[in-house]
Amino acid sequence: MGEKQLLAGNEALGEAAIIAGCRHYFGYPITPQNEITAYMARRLPEVDGVFIQSESEIAAINMVLGAGATGHTAMTSSSSPGISLKQEGISYITGDEVPAVVVNVSRGGPGLGNIAPSQSDYFQATKGGGHGDYNIFVLAPHTVQEMADLTITAFDLAEKWRMVSMILADGVLGQMMEPCTFPDSVPERNYPKDWILDGKKGREKRLICSLYLVEGVLEKHNEKLQKKFKKAEKEEIRFEEKDVEGSDILLVGYGTSFRGQIEAKRQLGEFGVKAGLFRPITLWPFPYDRLSEIAEKTKMPALVVEMNAGQMLEDVRMAYERFAPVHFYGRLGGGIPTPEAVTAEVKKILGKG
Amino acid sequence: MAKMKTVQTRPEALIDVTTHYCPGCGHGIIHRLIAEVIDEFEIQDRTVLVAPVGCSVLAYNYLDVDAIEAAHGRAPAVATGIKRANPNLIVFTYQGDGDLAAIGTNEIIHAANRGENFTTIFVNNAIYGMTGGQLAPTTLIDQITTTTPRGRSVGNEGYPIRVCELVSSLITPYYVERVSVSNAKNVRKAKRAIKKAFQFQIEGRGFTLVELLSSCPTNWSIEPVASMKWVDEKMEPFFPLGVYRDRSKEEVDVSAASCK
Ligand SMILES: Cc1ncc(C[n+]2csc(CCOP(=O)(O)OP(=O)(O)O)c2C)c(N)n1
Repeated sequence: MGEKQLLAGNEALGEAAIIAGCRHYFGYPITPQNEITAYMARRLPEVDGVFIQSESEIAAINMVLGAGATGHTAMTSSSSPGISLKQEGISYITGDEVPAVVVNVSRGGPGLGNIAPSQSDYFQATKGGGHGDYNIFVLAPHTVQEMADLTITAFDLAEKWRMVSMILADGVLGQMMEPCTFPDSVPERNYPKDWILDGKKGREKRLICSLYLVEGVLEKHNEKLQKKFKKAEKEEIRFEEKDVEGSDILLVGYGTSFRGQIEAKRQLGEFGVKAGLFRPITLWPFPYDRLSEIAEKTKMPALVVEMNAGQMLEDVRMAYERFAPVHFYGRLGGGIPTPEAVTAEVKKILGKG
Repeated sequence: MAKMKTVQTRPEALIDVTTHYCPGCGHGIIHRLIAEVIDEFEIQDRTVLVAPVGCSVLAYNYLDVDAIEAAHGRAPAVATGIKRANPNLIVFTYQGDGDLAAIGTNEIIHAANRGENFTTIFVNNAIYGMTGGQLAPTTLIDQITTTTPRGRSVGNEGYPIRVCELVSSLITPYYVERVSVSNAKNVRKAKRAIKKAFQFQIEGRGFTLVELLSSCPTNWSIEPVASMKWVDEKMEPFFPLGVYRDRSKEEVDVSAASCK
């Protein structure tokens, strides 16, 4: 472990990518993620890497595909409007089964929206985003340290499963400074490379494509992809929980919206209300089973807090509502739920106003 | 009986299968020229084809090299990623006029302008072949397509885009030439241009592009032999053949580009 450093989330993410072995970054400027692009522009030449400020987000994601196809997992980062432009590429990369890391330091939408933090890209990130039946890994950090740690995880997941890993952060996580430590190195990733394009010397030619015109072949390809997604859903779920037994209410959140819930739990404690905390770290795959277990066992109500109109809410409902009620509190268009607002909401739900 | 002598064989880089191309289509000729060049440079083992979306999307079924498919128009960005990640590979994109000059204009201009060290084979058949004969950026004025049923008009669609002229308006590209595959003599010239482009790439000189005027009898509704004449008589006057950029021959003064 290295020294503790005070870093902005975007920079921590950039350095973690370098430590994870990222040597190819392609991106187009957009606030609030510009520090990542600038960091990679500065750092990559120092480690003999490649940095290109692309002509668009569309070009960037396709450069990520090209580099990834040669066995060099690449990263691109952007914010909401730019991530929308990358969706075509993300769909192709998934169909092609090429590893890639995409960062969304999301902002308020729809349209040009604003540059304030938001979680309104949850649906886009977790339910496909582009065309076709597919999923990508979605990792939701809630601290600067996690911006770094989950970036390293993202590279591992991408290569292990030959899938897209997305870091879904927001402007707060990108800009705020917190202490962060980095590992000196990461475990070697020796996943098979018998699919990469490096010239057909001594072997048959290889093809990376997502086009399958012969009848039935695309169905087979999809079945294979779905099998992979189902397996990943079993093996790669990550979440954090605290005091989920013996509490009066369960606070469910992720990323920046979760930070207010930690403080709300403390405030509620002073008021004599016990709150449990539940934070999905992987938004895909989503910890449905664990949430169902908690609901079935405790029957306590849950309050989902998000910076959107209730997107993760749908997933929590799917898991939880069979056994116990699910409530929602959200802020829109860049608003951040304060601990006080969450506390007030809980009191209302428990009839203790 | 006189002794038989082999004068032509199938290039090793060309797979021995029947293509899906229509009779009289130029794609097959162009595939063969590329395969010959790959053989002659002995680069089959390190070549990567970036296939477009268009009639030639299945080029990877005919060329015996590693290949990747790109989304419509994005081949130059994919090629950029490949070549930057593994500069030892010989990388080429193969793109139609819709792919390169409509949906993919941004990607080709910027890859060319960065001087990416790959080769673009640009097939200009003045129409969208794969989707059934719509207007292309290179469709001629008065040319009938399914989306210009009264012919392309300047008022509604503007003039055809000349890609070699556009790309060679940039300073960085290394080699840009327009050729045609309309007859045997032109085909031989086309081969020389493709060979030059690959040569420059192998030498690491920078971005190279060869535009090939080609035929689409099916969507032009002109039978194959007459189609080749149509290339000569209708396309060539607006798309003049020739070298538009060869930086091995011309010095470009770029001193004014720096603010230092
Ligand atoms: C994003 C997207 N838009 C549209 C299409 C449909 N499409 C497939 S090929 C093509 C045009 C190809 O024309 P061109 O590039 O001239 O090549 P040709 O078929 O003539 O060789 C179009 C519009 C697509 N596949 N993807």
